[in-house]
Amino acid sequence: MKNLKFLLLGTAFGFILIKAEVVSWFRIQEMFRFQSFHMYGVICSAIAVGMLSVFLIKKFKAKTFSSEVIRIEDKQFTKGNIIGGLMFGLGWAMTGACPGPLYALIGSGLPIVIVVLLSAVVGTYTYGVIKDKLPH
Amino acid sequence: MNILTSPWPWYIAGPLIGLMVPLLLFMGNKAFGISSSLRHFCAMCIPTKAKFFQYDWKAERWNLIFALGMVIGGLIAGHFFKNPNPIDLSESAIESMNELGIQNYSGLVPSEIFNFSSLFTLKGFLLIVVGGFFVGFGTRYAGGCTSGHSIMGMSNLQWPSLVATCCFFAGGLLMTWVILPLIMNL
Repeated sequence: MKNLKFLLLGTAFGFILIKAEVVSWFRIQEMFRFQSFHMYGVICSAIAVGMLSVFLIKKFKAKTFSSEVIRIEDKQFTKGNIIGGLMFGLGWAMTGACPGPLYALIGSGLPIVIVVLLSAVVGTYTYGVIKDKLPH
Repeated sequence: MNILTSPWPWYIAGPLIGLMVPLLLFMGNKAFGISSSLRHFCAMCIPTKAKFFQYDWKAERWNLIFALGMVIGGLIAGHFFKNPNPIDLSESAIESMNELGIQNYSGLVPSEIFNFSSLFTLKGFLLIVVGGFFVGFGTRYAGGCTSGHSIMGMSNLQWPSLVATCCFFAGGLLMTWVILPLIMNL
């Protein structure tokens, strides 16, 4: 099954998120209050490794394991980057979680987070329905 | 110190998270990003005429499978390798939490707020339900979340991702410093 590798990688990612405690409401509060370096260290070192990887992939025109050329789509700027970004920021500090941590938290044994995830699904659905009426 | 039960320092966890970017690219040209899974979930489960959900979600199935993996990873970390100690917050953070009226640090989230009975209080409803809505609406409107913009987008030097990341932080600061203290006093 070709999707098994994504299941395993997701499992590793969920495990790492819990072990790093970046899924913790407390750690997110600590970050927004500038009371610890932990979250900044995690995010910045993740970006550094990601940046170096993308740089090397482009420089050596690396191919995927199945020998396709690796292509990364550019992100298009929209007003949503700002308005939606601010909204997500509010929600991040309220729930203490971005979408990734929601999945890991549910697995870790917090069924109440299923409610947060379902609300997020409703939020995404609402966006999809009213998208054309929003500034972009 | 058991490396599997104790929490991991940032210099171990951060680089491992960053490795998701090249691994997903090598595994099949996939851009790291989690919030899209919410859209695929809608496209898969909710019958709708909205154009935003009319696409071949099956081509994006890997993203939902990755999310399912994250639940499993959380389960393994949370059940078999659970940190036996309370979260090691900084002194100043504990002080701030006390000011917000939070006493219990035994889990990853404050159990006083994140439980099913608090769902029916105004405070709990706002933080759990409204907060979740903002996460889902905001990430899609912004075109990504911490993984898609802050890590994947920034790794690929995309300036819209830098704008989005700054806005994530601005929103978080506004909530933490201005609105959250009001909500916690409800």
